[in-house]
Amino acid sequence: MWRVTGTRLLQAIPLLFIVTVVTFVLQLFIPGDAARSIGGISAPPDQVEALRLRLHLDDPVWVQYWHWLTDAVHGNLGSAITNGESVTASLNTRIAVTLSVVVSATLLSLVIGLVLGVTSARGRRTLAGAADLAALAGMAIPAFWLGLIGIWVFNTRLGWFPANGYTFFRDSPSRWALSLVLPVSALAFNGITVVAKVSREQLVDVLNREFVRNLRANGVSERRILFRHALRHVLIPVLTVCGNNLIGMLGAAVVIEELFGLPGLGSLAVTATASSDIPVIQGVAVYFTLIVISINLLLDLIVGWINPQVST
Amino acid sequence: MRLLRQPRIVLPGAFLALELVASFGARWLAPYPAQQADFAAPLSGPTAHHLLGTDQLGRDVLSRLMFGGADMFQQIAVAVAVTTVLAVPLGLIAALVRGRLDAVLMRTADVVMSIPGIILLLIVLALFGQSMTAVMVVVGLLSAPGAMRVIRSASLSVAKETYVAAARVSGLRTRQIARRHILPRVTGLIAVNMALLSANAILLAAGLTFIGLGVRPPAPSWGGLIADASQVLNQSLWLVVPTGGVVALTAACLVILGDGVRDALAERWMGAGERTPTIAAQPAPSDAPSAAVIEEPDPVVRLAGVTVSVRGSGGETELIRDVSLTVGRGRSVGLVGESGCGKSMTGLALLGMLPAGVGLRRGTVEIDGVDVGALSPKQRRALRGGTIAFVSQEPMVALDPLFTIGQLLSEAVRTHEPVSRREARARARQLLVQARIPDPDRVLRLRPPQISGGMAQRVSIAVALAGKPRILVADEPTTALDVTVQREIVQLLRTIQQETGMALLIISHDWDVIADACDTALVMYAGEVVEGGPAARVIAEPIHPYTRSLLAANPRLAAVGQPIPTIPGSVPAPGHWPLGCHFADRCGFANAGCSAAPVPLTAYDVDDVARCLRAAELVPGR
Repeated sequence: MWRVTGTRLLQAIPLLFIVTVVTFVLQLFIPGDAARSIGGISAPPDQVEALRLRLHLDDPVWVQYWHWLTDAVHGNLGSAITNGESVTASLNTRIAVTLSVVVSATLLSLVIGLVLGVTSARGRRTLAGAADLAALAGMAIPAFWLGLIGIWVFNTRLGWFPANGYTFFRDSPSRWALSLVLPVSALAFNGITVVAKVSREQLVDVLNREFVRNLRANGVSERRILFRHALRHVLIPVLTVCGNNLIGMLGAAVVIEELFGLPGLGSLAVTATASSDIPVIQGVAVYFTLIVISINLLLDLIVGWINPQVST
Repeated sequence: MRLLRQPRIVLPGAFLALELVASFGARWLAPYPAQQADFAAPLSGPTAHHLLGTDQLGRDVLSRLMFGGADMFQQIAVAVAVTTVLAVPLGLIAALVRGRLDAVLMRTADVVMSIPGIILLLIVLALFGQSMTAVMVVVGLLSAPGAMRVIRSASLSVAKETYVAAARVSGLRTRQIARRHILPRVTGLIAVNMALLSANAILLAAGLTFIGLGVRPPAPSWGGLIADASQVLNQSLWLVVPTGGVVALTAACLVILGDGVRDALAERWMGAGERTPTIAAQPAPSDAPSAAVIEEPDPVVRLAGVTVSVRGSGGETELIRDVSLTVGRGRSVGLVGESGCGKSMTGLALLGMLPAGVGLRRGTVEIDGVDVGALSPKQRRALRGGTIAFVSQEPMVALDPLFTIGQLLSEAVRTHEPVSRREARARARQLLVQARIPDPDRVLRLRPPQISGGMAQRVSIAVALAGKPRILVADEPTTALDVTVQREIVQLLRTIQQETGMALLIISHDWDVIADACDTALVMYAGEVVEGGPAARVIAEPIHPYTRSLLAANPRLAAVGQPIPTIPGSVPAPGHWPLGCHFADRCGFANAGCSAAPVPLTAYDVDDVARCLRAAELVPGR
């Protein structure tokens, strides 16, 4: 258990290092003047100069990175170019939104995916076809488009859920939940189909294993075999898949936040991208990486708990 | 080209080809210029003039999709090219060079694959003036590790194959091996990966352009068109349909195409693929069960004329025919024969656990005088473990590896008795003691992967004993174990039997097990009992020629330096049984009469039966 945690955390450091270094190194490849490129073509020369000074753009990249890193380990990710706000502060107010969306979508895909996978594994062959078709849809249909359809059906037509904006949990838990329904569903669709497919295949496989036959032969009930034995085996690959899915989900979450006007890290990053606000994007990079690391660590711990062999 | 006859390849392939032509030929083929606004018909919906309708400015959606497509496909090509150039050589190198380089590549891949790619894409967009090409280069870079891993593992398995190993030994250079032998085999896989990558890249590009990054309006892009559609969503749903549909359809076609190509290529390398033989219809078996049954004293189990068959496309195929046996209290009966003779199927019929599609067609299974066939599934389940228990062949896979031995045993105890957890735990410990497991307290905390095969088989036996069964079915209980352990397990079964008085049905192909553990032996061949009698008699004075051959083929009886006699030919598969004696084709004593008609199981003495027409001639005095 502790070894899993330790390994993950040890992997986390190089990962954070690489991601942040890459964000700096990329600046080397900018054709022409970096300050001009970041400031925009229409920026007045004095503004470009100010930018050059603030970002230490005349220093070699490794010096720039060192400046940034020493500040970062003190919790200071610099200030936004566009409005001068502290990057750390604006990220901290927004991370709850992104976490709400991403964690809910992961949980939703786990639960619904498992239910669908288990039902279809115990059903007939036609359900296998349906599961394959759903998996294809999950791979091909973009989440934001599903979100649009969701908005049309449940907001424009039925008016059940808000299509725009976010209510903080502390302000109103029920409105918070309502504001998450559409974005989370759109985001979870792909994960649901993936989990359903994987859990279906795994369950069929596990139920054919010899130990299941032995449990049956010695009188253990089907319900118990399914819920206590087989599902435990299915959960291990399913959780791994959820972890792998996370990176793709964060990508989709950026677009989803923008579509539903959720004030999360993703929409902040998009605004920053449009205005070339590099310090903000670098901050989001750090936070995204931390999210990936922590959720994967959490999934690892659950897998280790289910299957203690991993840690021995 | 067989590939072109598969609809899963042709249909998506044709659609993608059409899209490519329409996109890159948009300048000539598109009905309207991309920016031409028809102010008279904004949001027209599909009409004869505008097949896919118009947007809020009256621009033709079909034309804009066509113009946007060219950019989209060019961008995807960039990502695919970058990934291919990186992943293919690196994957091949990792697989063929192995060693430290491989380790470094795989580690790097691990790290890159856990980078949240979207953020790098956003940085690139910010730094490189919203260049989609730069984005796609990064997409290619980020996708390379995944593709590299797939190519590596596929190459590894190809490299293990004999002809590649031979090529290596013959001194071919690594580079030549990679190009000549491995690359052709993994090309399909590369294609599949690239198809998936393209699908992902399309969704990604559509997402980015949807939120207004990467392409500056009014230049048409697929994502941008969806964004336009979302602006007027409360006026019209229609615009969302063709714009999002083309994205989803293109991605779906790529995924299907990839899968189709993979399957087709896999089939090519596997050869034509093994077809399951169609099973010929059976000659109608006689209905009358054989009269000859060896009656055990005080029977716990009685199988009478049991015929089990599987339902297939060609009708019913018999797996075992007319099997009758009894097992008395405190007695043990051995079922012996080659693989595929129906021994295990007999055991499963007794347990009421025939696989799906397989059913008891004739005959009865009685346990303690109760016809099991008449019970409900629930009642039958209550029998299992309680009255009748099962120990299987492979102890290492017979126990759920995720649970401790203690949990598994407690579960078995509580399946049959409503006892408290603590009590179940105490019973679990007792069961381990009963199975002669040293240091039971330690073993209770271990998990199946942590114990040896012999120990696992003892645990399996303990699990089976949890319900205090009246009869234990042991299917090849020693086959997977070391020779020394085999004897211990047989001894254990015998001892437990003496302690508890349970009946034992042992299925084995090993005469030593039969000799050590069984009172009665039944020999099965091609679905039928061919001989039965006291185990000692069957081994010392076999009647049926098959029993003789089987005994002669026992490797432990073979003289040193002499080849072990084998039985020429093989057991006829179910559905291919001859009309007469099933063994006739392999029998040295068969004559024309043997194949003419079904041979009945005949009693030769009170407890000696055999299914052989020539028994009297072959064994004088019978």
